[in-house]
Amino acid sequence: MAARKSTSRSKATKPKSSVSKDQLLDWYRDMLLIRRFEEKAGQLYGMGLIAGFCHLYIGQEAVVVGVQGALEEGDQVITGYRDHGHMLATGMEADGVMAELTGRAGGYSKGKGGSMHMFSRDKQFFGGHGIVGAQVPIGAGLAFADKYKENGKISATYFGDGAANQGQVYETFNMAKLWDLPVLFIIENNQYAMGTSVQRASSETHLYKRGISFGIPGEEVDGMDVVAVYEAAKKAADHARAGKGPYILEMKTYRYRGHSMSDPAKYRTRDEVNSYRDTKDPIELAKAKILDAGWADEDTLKGFDKEAKTIAAASADFAQDSPEPDPSELWTDVLVEG
Amino acid sequence: MPVMNMIQALNSGMDVLLERDEDVVAFGEDAGYFGGVFKTTDGLQAKYGADRVFDTPINEAAIAAMAIGMAARGLKPIAEIQFADYIFPAIDQIVSEMSRIRYRSAGQFTSGCVVRTPWGGGIRGGQTHSMSPEAFFTHVPGVQVVVPSNPYDAKGLLIASLESGDPVIFFEPKRIYNGPFDGVPDKPLSSWAKHPKGEVPDGHYTVPLGKADIVREGEACTVVTYGTLVHVAEAAAEASGIDAEIIDLRTLVPYDIETIAKSVNKTGRVVVAHEAPRTSGFGAELAAQIQEECFYALEAPVFRLTGWDTPYPHAHEWAYFPTRDRFARAMKTVTEAA
Repeated sequence: MAARKSTSRSKATKPKSSVSKDQLLDWYRDMLLIRRFEEKAGQLYGMGLIAGFCHLYIGQEAVVVGVQGALEEGDQVITGYRDHGHMLATGMEADGVMAELTGRAGGYSKGKGGSMHMFSRDKQFFGGHGIVGAQVPIGAGLAFADKYKENGKISATYFGDGAANQGQVYETFNMAKLWDLPVLFIIENNQYAMGTSVQRASSETHLYKRGISFGIPGEEVDGMDVVAVYEAAKKAADHARAGKGPYILEMKTYRYRGHSMSDPAKYRTRDEVNSYRDTKDPIELAKAKILDAGWADEDTLKGFDKEAKTIAAASADFAQDSPEPDPSELWTDVLVEG
Repeated sequence: MPVMNMIQALNSGMDVLLERDEDVVAFGEDAGYFGGVFKTTDGLQAKYGADRVFDTPINEAAIAAMAIGMAARGLKPIAEIQFADYIFPAIDQIVSEMSRIRYRSAGQFTSGCVVRTPWGGGIRGGQTHSMSPEAFFTHVPGVQVVVPSNPYDAKGLLIASLESGDPVIFFEPKRIYNGPFDGVPDKPLSSWAKHPKGEVPDGHYTVPLGKADIVREGEACTVVTYGTLVHVAEAAAEASGIDAEIIDLRTLVPYDIETIAKSVNKTGRVVVAHEAPRTSGFGAELAAQIQEECFYALEAPVFRLTGWDTPYPHAHEWAYFPTRDRFARAMKTVTEAA
């Protein structure tokens, strides 16, 4: 593995893995659930049951699962529009997420949001935002409230390599460090902003360095390795929780599918995609670690996969059986009622 | 009862809100230590501390976005945009995020906050310190738009706005901060001390959103306006001797069509007036709604008295601004129409 890249001057040493059997098995199952859920969503899209836009998270599962492992109850999560994985990772029910994708009354936002726009107060998940980068200052606003209330909570604010070039992000970096807000800026660098590669869009392609002029530490992380993600996120979360302010984590990751369901992804080679699938797949990497450590056997892992497929299939049934929202719902929740 | 100008009344309103609820915070460019460019937040940081009343960097987008995140997490933010002309960098956040959090989370989260901003012309501010951009926001479902015209209403509407639980864009007519303006450019400044609405109670009270105020009853024609022009209309009625009924809208979203329709059905003649340019201005909405509600009562075409379709001018300010004399001519036109 390459040397850890960090903006910190202190010698970066790889911490000893503190990951337990239960943690890794949980993460393996969480990643599998996201993978199987997204595959099912892709199927429903192909069948015309999901309308509009649908951005799948397949390939990036280790990022959100590893970060979630470092969060505590009551911490908040906010992200952009490739968001189904984040919802499942925060513990939102597959049924409610899939039903939102199909625009049904049983969806988390009663069908008012769709794929890119759903929320859960129960899980402190703040969306689901379709405007690239717009969620970043909102994430800092959430963190402001936590600091103000001195409740020890932090905000995990996700955005992509494309959003990393939005001006609002730098307004946010400045405020977040100026006020030492407890926020993790997690850049999911899947290397393509829709069809434009990082190299074609960014003067500085090492996105973890983007906080240097604000005094925000940054670190590059192997986003295909759930353990590496967890360890980096834990360190960053401890930093934020200790009142030291924001932290940037650049997760080097890859999406296997196109930007959305309608993108054939002709801006990259089949070999490039296959090299990730074959040698860097986050689920296969975790599986190898589990088998190496002797924490489970093949049959047990197959059982997990079956379980994930069952949940995904059930969510698809729920999402098709859930009723269409009542026409009157068009008018509700615009402003406070009565 | 204390006599206050509009700045003092708004300051008193924020004081009441901050005093009553620890979740209220106020912030903006120069809003903390300096007390605001117009001194509207003067003394509040000293009284409530820099945790609750504070300066921000010059980042309008992030100011609006921080308010959204804070509100979603339970705070009650009062954000200041230093001039309404500076609000455009924040439009992405206001339009795509602030206005829709309630809807797309199906009521799980709200972004109840007030965005205060000095607004309008008549101060020789030129293109970037004189605009009336209200129509950009009245077109956005999910935000309320308020424009007070006197100290009493300013305080009561400000308190009602924050207590409404939904976002409010609160435009403060800066020409009349220190005294009413009759639309005759060269006359010395009048004082709120001589105006009945300059009497402002110290404590908590509200002026309800969505309720217009008939500031002058009359039979000859109806004038529908808001902000600075309320006073110009009154001066025009007095100078011309035309018995106009003058309606101060106070709230543009939601607006009080009942009061308007009742008056227009009585007079049959109506002038709608604003400082903003004519095309797609809020007057166009009023004219359309008046013809729907009052078509068979109208004795003359609805007259739109507005700024022109030009950038806000410097040297030609008084040719652009709907002055007392232009108002009087408009009233004469509608009352004399056959």
